[in-house]
Amino acid sequence: MTTTAQTAATSLLRFATAGSVDDGKSTLVGRLLHDSKSVLADQLEAVEHASRSRGATAPDLALLTDGLRAEREQGITIDVAYRYFATPRRRFILADTPGHVQYTRNMVTGASTAELAVVLVDARNGVVEQTRRHAAVAALLRVPHVVLAVNKMDLVDYAEPVFAAIAEEFTTYAASLGVPEITAIPISALAGDNVVTPSANMDWYGGPTVLEHLETVPVGTDPSADPARFPVQYVIRPQTAEHPDYRGYAGQIAAGVLRVGEPVTVLPSGRTSTIAGIDALGEAVDVAWAPQSVTLRLADDVDVSRGDLIAPSAAAPATTRDVEATVCHLHDRPLRVGERVLLKHTTRTVKAIVKDIPSRLTLDDLSQHPAPGELSANDIGRVVVRTAEPLALDGYADSRRTGSFLLIDPADGTTLTAGMAGASFASAAAPAPADDDGWDF
Amino acid sequence: MSDAHTDNAHIDNAHTDNPYALSHLDALEAEAVHIFREVAGEFERPVILFSGGKDSIVMLHLALKAFTPAPVPFSLLHVDTGHNFPEVIAYRDRTVAEHGLRLHVASVQEFIDAGTLRERPDGTRNPLQTVPLLHAIESHRFDAVFGGGRRDEEKARAKERVFSLRDEFGGWDPRRQRPELWQLYNGRHSPGEHVRVFPLSNWTELDVWQYIAREKIDLPAIYYAHEREVFSRNGMWLAPGEWGGPKDGEAVQTRLVRYRTVGDMSCTGAVDSDAVTIEQVIEEIAASRLTERGATRADDKLSEAAMEDRKREGYF
Repeated sequence: MTTTAQTAATSLLRFATAGSVDDGKSTLVGRLLHDSKSVLADQLEAVEHASRSRGATAPDLALLTDGLRAEREQGITIDVAYRYFATPRRRFILADTPGHVQYTRNMVTGASTAELAVVLVDARNGVVEQTRRHAAVAALLRVPHVVLAVNKMDLVDYAEPVFAAIAEEFTTYAASLGVPEITAIPISALAGDNVVTPSANMDWYGGPTVLEHLETVPVGTDPSADPARFPVQYVIRPQTAEHPDYRGYAGQIAAGVLRVGEPVTVLPSGRTSTIAGIDALGEAVDVAWAPQSVTLRLADDVDVSRGDLIAPSAAAPATTRDVEATVCHLHDRPLRVGERVLLKHTTRTVKAIVKDIPSRLTLDDLSQHPAPGELSANDIGRVVVRTAEPLALDGYADSRRTGSFLLIDPADGTTLTAGMAGASFASAAAPAPADDDGWDF
Repeated sequence: MSDAHTDNAHIDNAHTDNPYALSHLDALEAEAVHIFREVAGEFERPVILFSGGKDSIVMLHLALKAFTPAPVPFSLLHVDTGHNFPEVIAYRDRTVAEHGLRLHVASVQEFIDAGTLRERPDGTRNPLQTVPLLHAIESHRFDAVFGGGRRDEEKARAKERVFSLRDEFGGWDPRRQRPELWQLYNGRHSPGEHVRVFPLSNWTELDVWQYIAREKIDLPAIYYAHEREVFSRNGMWLAPGEWGGPKDGEAVQTRLVRYRTVGDMSCTGAVDSDAVTIEQVIEEIAASRLTERGATRADDKLSEAAMEDRKREGYF
């Protein structure tokens, strides 16, 4: 039965985990993989062998997820790893991100493509600084769904009041950051309570297990709600006897829905045309939507090349050369005011200058440090960047794909900084008045 | 065809109420195509590593779809160990001819004959591929090299980026990888460096097989159950051949087997199987309690970090 179900078409959920060093994140991941039968015999055997050779008496499930020699030798996780598992209902891509304070950039990396983040809390400690930091990163990256997993419930006698107090404190905090959906689940990763199977020890809890929630949370946004965005990746011109005049603009629809016959504008030039045809990897269609990779043909012979953005004329973004954004600095070399960089936005890479760094954010309490002058690795801050050419840039709040960018070192190509255009946090229940330079929360 | 013109019927969203939902295969396909087009847009001389194995076959199929109706703007590179399965070489040559592609071959045997490489005592040529591969990359000045590696295959590969920068020696330093966020792939590199690109990073073995079934992709026959002469070594069924097997005391027998991976004959084991159709193969894999590499690859068993060590030296 499992076999048949696993081979059917299913949806895909990308999610990330975040937790402090001793919150039991590896155990939770190991438990999810193990109890969903995603760890195969030879992998388990390798873990058992490696555990024995280190003198351990029981298999250390963390060895399943620590792939590098240095990680296994030191017993730490130094980088994001991606795990894959499946149930009959859904496929999962898990960005397994190290929880240590200094690795904010790793959680940012994992959260950038995640539709859901699992934040772990030790039931004995409750909401701590690190929890607030994880909630803030999830809010900053606009991860649509957040799960609070209150772990180690076995160590607090599976007491409902303990869980309820932590859940309420976290929910209030995360909601104030604009996290749209929060689900709190009491678990014991070690004992297996409410991870894959419902807990007999917590009959007061009527909600889903972690896996059940992962399997049923709605994935994807409704593309029809967003204006269409089509960054041009590549111009397809066969110039063959069979297709002498074919000229198609290849790309992945970043947001929204595109239809044949729709009037469109090409940015930044502002030239207009109409969609004459949509080719979905060789098959002509009348409608296509994010995140499909397609090829557009336009009715007019307008000048379009890689880096341009095609958008509906009725809902085209403004272009700008002045980018204000929240960034996470990724590299050990600091980012400084006055630095010349490259900015990669969708398929367009342009020269840019860092004009200002108005503030640096302290994630622990969300306080801002004005005019820090530079950002170091793992710092999150506001920056103002001036670009050499105009960009058709959306706010990150409106589109994670067309509102995000990278800053790159022009000398050696190093990825320096990850950027999110526009206001920092989603406006919460009581939106703060707009403030040009400060934090918008 | 006519239905597809109006409702995009090739998108498999039957399992959800959301008419815009993509199935996991559609999502993985769209992502892989995006990766191919990014490389075509940003690099001067990309090449696809093509072994005639299922992952590289799926990779080529995705590349063909990404640029249709134009031809694939990349050539192919096969690192030939000299110990390949004849069915796979025949498949390779047929495919190259069918699509009018250009194939480069980097030959391990030529390097051995020239004295540049030395045969290993165990006869395994898989680790020897790195030298001819790097030589081909350097001599053809390839700046982007597509590989069919998947993160689910092996724990070191789980740590690899989609765009993986290699230094002038082809080496991979897991501590110096570029963070990779959103779908913003950074392919910048200095002269002499190149980038390995893995469009199938997020695919699993089962995804690959389901996609092969959905797209009706033709594979070398050795992927399906067939009677074959094999002998047992280190718990694997190896095929006899000029590569150096069987040795004394290793008895050859005929068994019904198929291959889950295709590589060098000296280190690629067959599995007992009666799966002769793709549906049977998919059922068999979904029920298997062994990973693909655990079942059939000797080279990964050399040490706990065998793959990481080879990748640091420039292996794919």
